[in-house]
Amino acid sequence: MATPRVRVQTEDFDLGAEVAALRAGDPGVGAVAAFVGTVRDRNDGLGVSSMELEHYPGMTEKAIEAMIDAAMQRFDIRAARVIHRVGLLQPQDQIVLVAVTSAHRGQAFQACEFLMDYLKTQAPFWKKEHTPEGARWVDARSTDDAAARRWGIESGNA
Amino acid sequence: MNVNVRYFASLREALGPGETVDAPAGATLSLLRDLLIARSASHAAALARGRALRCALDQALCDESALVRDGAEVAFFPPVTGG
Repeated sequence: MATPRVRVQTEDFDLGAEVAALRAGDPGVGAVAAFVGTVRDRNDGLGVSSMELEHYPGMTEKAIEAMIDAAMQRFDIRAARVIHRVGLLQPQDQIVLVAVTSAHRGQAFQACEFLMDYLKTQAPFWKKEHTPEGARWVDARSTDDAAARRWGIESGNA
Repeated sequence: MNVNVRYFASLREALGPGETVDAPAGATLSLLRDLLIARSASHAAALARGRALRCALDQALCDESALVRDGAEVAFFPPVTGG
C-alpha cells in the first residue's frame, strides 16, 4: 500500500525520516526541497503561550490532495508530501511539512513554495492562540492572498 | 431539501458544530445563509452579511452562488489560517 501523500495528525513528524521515505527507491531524484512551519511565541503584538489548530476532517485531506495534483501537473517534480498537525501546539513545535522531489532544484523549490502558498489560503484549518489577554482566533492575512495570486490562485481568503 | 450545515472555528463556538436546514428546491448557499441568519440573534450576529465567510459544498470550496442538493453537506467558516 502506498504511503499517503497527505497526513493530518496530532503527532509530531521527523523531517529526516519523511524526506528519506519520500525519495526512497527513486534514483532519478536530484533535488529535495522541504519547508517546515513552526509555532512562534509572538503574533500580532502579543505573546503566544500555546495554539490550537482546528480542521475540517475529510475536506482538509481532499483539498491538499488536489493541491498536490496541481503541483505535479504544473511543475516537473517526481513526488510530494504534506503533513499538517492539528490539536494543541506549543511555541517551537512543528506545524507543517511540505516536501518535494525532482530531478533539478528549480522545480522543487517552486513547487514547494506553490504548495505552501496554496495551503495557506485554501486548506481548511483555523488557528486559535492563547495570549496574556485571552484566547483569540488568528486573522487571515492579505499577504497570503497576494502570495497565492503570484501563482494565479485567486484565493479570496483574507 | 434536507441540508446538513457544519460550522468551524469562531462560527462553531457561536452556533455549535452544525444543524440541519430544510431548504427549498433551487436554493443557493446564499439563500441558505439567509435562512440561517433568520434563526436567532446568535445566527444573525455570527453569519451577518458584513462578515467575510467562506463556504464549502460536499467538502469542496465553493462560492455562495452554488446550488444545494438534497442531502448535501454545506459548511460555513471564517477565512482559513492553516500552514
